[in-house]
Amino acid sequence: MTIRTVVNGRPVTEPIPVRWTLAEFVRDRLGLTGTKLSCGMQVCGVCTVLVDGRPVSACSYLAVDVDGCEVTTIEGLADAGSLHPIQAAFVDHFALQCGFCTPGFIMMAKSLLDENPRPTRKDVVDYLDGNICRCTGYQPIIDAIVDASERMTP
Amino acid sequence: MTRSAGRSVPRSDARAKVTGEAKYAVDASRPEMLHATIVRSDRAHALIKDIDTAEAAAIPGVSAVITSDDLDGLFPRFGHIVADHPILAIDRVRYYGEPVAMVLAASRHTAADAARLVRVSYEGLPEVMSIAAALEEGAPLLHEERYDHGDESFGEAMSDDWSPSNIAHEVCLEWGDVDAAFTDATEIVETTTHYPMLYAYAMEPYNALATFDEGALEVITTAQHPYQVREDLARIFDLPLAAVRVTSPFLGGGYGSKSYTKVEPLAAVGAWFSRRPVKLALDVEEAIYTTRADSATVTVKSAFGADGMLTARDFQLDLDSGAYADNGPLVLAKAVHRCFGPYRIPNLRVRGRSFYTNTTPASSYRGFGAPQGNLAGELNMDQAAERLGIDPGEIRRRNLLLPGEEVLPGARPLDADLPADLEMVLESLDSSRPRGPLHGIGFGASASDAGAFPVSTATIKVHADGSVTLLTGSTEMGQGSQTALAQIAATELGVPLGSVRVLQSDTAITPYERTTGASRTTTLTGLAIQRACADALEKMMAMVSESREVPVEDVKTSDGVISIPGGGDLTFAEAVQDWFGSRAGEVTGVGIVRKADSTAMLPPFWEIGMVGVEVSVDAETGYVTVDHLATVGDVGYAINPALVEGQDLGAATQGLGAALFEQLIYDGPQPLNPNVVDYRVPRSRDVPRTIDTMLAERRDGVGPYGAKGSGEGALNPIGGAVAAAVGRAIGRWPDRLPLTPEYVWRLMHMETEAE
Ligand code: FES
Ligand code: FES
Repeated sequence: MTIRTVVNGRPVTEPIPVRWTLAEFVRDRLGLTGTKLSCGMQVCGVCTVLVDGRPVSACSYLAVDVDGCEVTTIEGLADAGSLHPIQAAFVDHFALQCGFCTPGFIMMAKSLLDENPRPTRKDVVDYLDGNICRCTGYQPIIDAIVDASERMTP
Repeated sequence: MTRSAGRSVPRSDARAKVTGEAKYAVDASRPEMLHATIVRSDRAHALIKDIDTAEAAAIPGVSAVITSDDLDGLFPRFGHIVADHPILAIDRVRYYGEPVAMVLAASRHTAADAARLVRVSYEGLPEVMSIAAALEEGAPLLHEERYDHGDESFGEAMSDDWSPSNIAHEVCLEWGDVDAAFTDATEIVETTTHYPMLYAYAMEPYNALATFDEGALEVITTAQHPYQVREDLARIFDLPLAAVRVTSPFLGGGYGSKSYTKVEPLAAVGAWFSRRPVKLALDVEEAIYTTRADSATVTVKSAFGADGMLTARDFQLDLDSGAYADNGPLVLAKAVHRCFGPYRIPNLRVRGRSFYTNTTPASSYRGFGAPQGNLAGELNMDQAAERLGIDPGEIRRRNLLLPGEEVLPGARPLDADLPADLEMVLESLDSSRPRGPLHGIGFGASASDAGAFPVSTATIKVHADGSVTLLTGSTEMGQGSQTALAQIAATELGVPLGSVRVLQSDTAITPYERTTGASRTTTLTGLAIQRACADALEKMMAMVSESREVPVEDVKTSDGVISIPGGGDLTFAEAVQDWFGSRAGEVTGVGIVRKADSTAMLPPFWEIGMVGVEVSVDAETGYVTVDHLATVGDVGYAINPALVEGQDLGAATQGLGAALFEQLIYDGPQPLNPNVVDYRVPRSRDVPRTIDTMLAERRDGVGPYGAKGSGEGALNPIGGAVAAAVGRAIGRWPDRLPLTPEYVWRLMHMETEAE
């Protein structure tokens, strides 16, 4: 079936197999490989993208369901080469090692800060319950998101 | 100019990783590429009677269904120590999930659909699902034939009196007169512990993209050690090393689990068979069927004098290594060398055995045999302290090795100050403060013979504009080698960090690196880079001497400038361009590290683990919360302190996972929890309330500026520390990990029942 969607601000009309997941659509069809895949069952969060501003697990979300929606992936965050404040905070806090979980965490953080611009540390921890990082021990990620919220709403 | 080394400069790969531009193996694709799906055994031990591929092959879009019968002319197995692992099962399967056939199709979905239609008929064999079963009289044998050996240092498996057995390997270590020491002991303390079967869960599951082109094989893969994979592939296809190109882009986690060959032979066989590029990307469940870490039962008996001094230790380690050798023999050897602790032990005996069982093959995982033995060894010290009425910090103080003391006969003396590290942890824990009920502290130490065999090479290119390329075969898997190695090069050459670009892990282009593991990169690759920089500088000075006609001994260099008498200063760009006589050319510096000079003595360094925790236990549920985590990174010199602290916190967190939640469970022939819903890893809510990552920089290592490696140390003693803390909190010593609420609750209530 053909879907019409807006991905990172760009209108896209593409015929796709109905069984494709959103992850397959953005990675394999659009070449947006920043969205990663790991658990494949909605527990690790590496595949998180925003659909109409809400975070979804692209591994378990059918691509046909974004017909008529706006999709934001990690590639849509930086503005003309300058990093989004969340991205900048991740760099500054060493909030990544292998980086495989990073796009998912950043998209989740974006969704959190859109909803709640000044979350407490506990809010951040709770919001990240669906994201796994196997490298960092989480603390630098939590620090980065708290710092980003301060940078964005001084 | 500020020197790069020693500063927490931002990671050079951070920008690519936060924008999604960073490329991992799984992101690679090629035109005309086929997708592979593996048909896996649903038996743990069986003979293959027939594989019916007809129905699968008839599906539109399917290019081929490959079984071991199609591998004619190839060497059909791999394994860097013992070549026992069939690429596709040959006549027999030995564990649930073993690859039996491979389907190639134009799309992933088609391949997966067709794979379901491949019908395999089996004739069941009795299964060996545990060490106890492996040892039983008349137990079925997993392996009855002798295989080729890739690594002759495991000669014991090649000896003439070899006979088939489920004991895969045995490694023993002994000095002094252990039996006499036990006879004379004031106190003998015996401890038995069980360490769980683990899955490393590197978040990018194993994957590879293989292409055969003009007789050469190219594989882009998730391999920590591309050079080791290259050797296995060269043997399979009978190709010279030069015709096999293995590339490892950014790895989505490794932690040892991506050491050595995994999925590369499958993808390569697909490409060889189909003459098309073939991509094989596993999911997490399949990754669990590819590699896990050894579970272990360890018994230690220690003899003490009345003064609390160790007089002897006797260890028995039994590791469940699964169906094939992989790196298991080396893990066993390391477990044997790492179990007895960084203590002064006049009489020692360690007997280690690893067993074949019908389970996923075990291999390397962060810590590499150390955590398994350390759990028993350190809990044993805590129990001894209790029995002898000595403070657990004090008993360690008395027995810890001092700087320069011998750890192992003939090995490098201890290059660390353990008593000083211990005081840092005790202070962080405020160890003398009394704890309330259901609160406890625990701490522990380890020393690992790290660094592996020293073979590293590095190349530095200074280009005509003065910018620099650093080529290294060391893989960036998250540890930050790309950044730290550039810092070393920038410091040595005296150039800004921004002018150094790093290219890693492409066997056709980068210079040889034995492995990226054993915490060796900063130390050994770092040394090779220092030498490569010195070589490049020397060449540039010789070039300036020639082009400016001054004696070479009058040419000097510092801070990225080459100076000659009379005040003439040349930039690197001028030095290169002058000599080549145009805006062209480049200077190549080469650096080599081998078992010679400062790295003649093994291990290249001792990797220290010194950690402490405070825990609280919920009275109702037995749930353990880690309130305080303290780690000491005894790294000699931190090239990038933030990276080292990141390694320590990451390693400690993985250790906490094993201590509290993680275990792969076999229910009969099949794993019960081969997914990350049921295999629970630490999450954001599990982060300890207080985290104290300390660094000890005494410049006592053999690496650049006195550096030693890190990355595994903080994991090794965590299990024992948490077990001791929980033991103190509930008044009963645990004898196994993970310390799940159910197990802790049972422990808490066992006592009351017994009373
Ligand atoms: S891959 Fe989608 S949640 Fe894990
Ligand atoms: S940085 Fe590696 S999984 Fe998070």
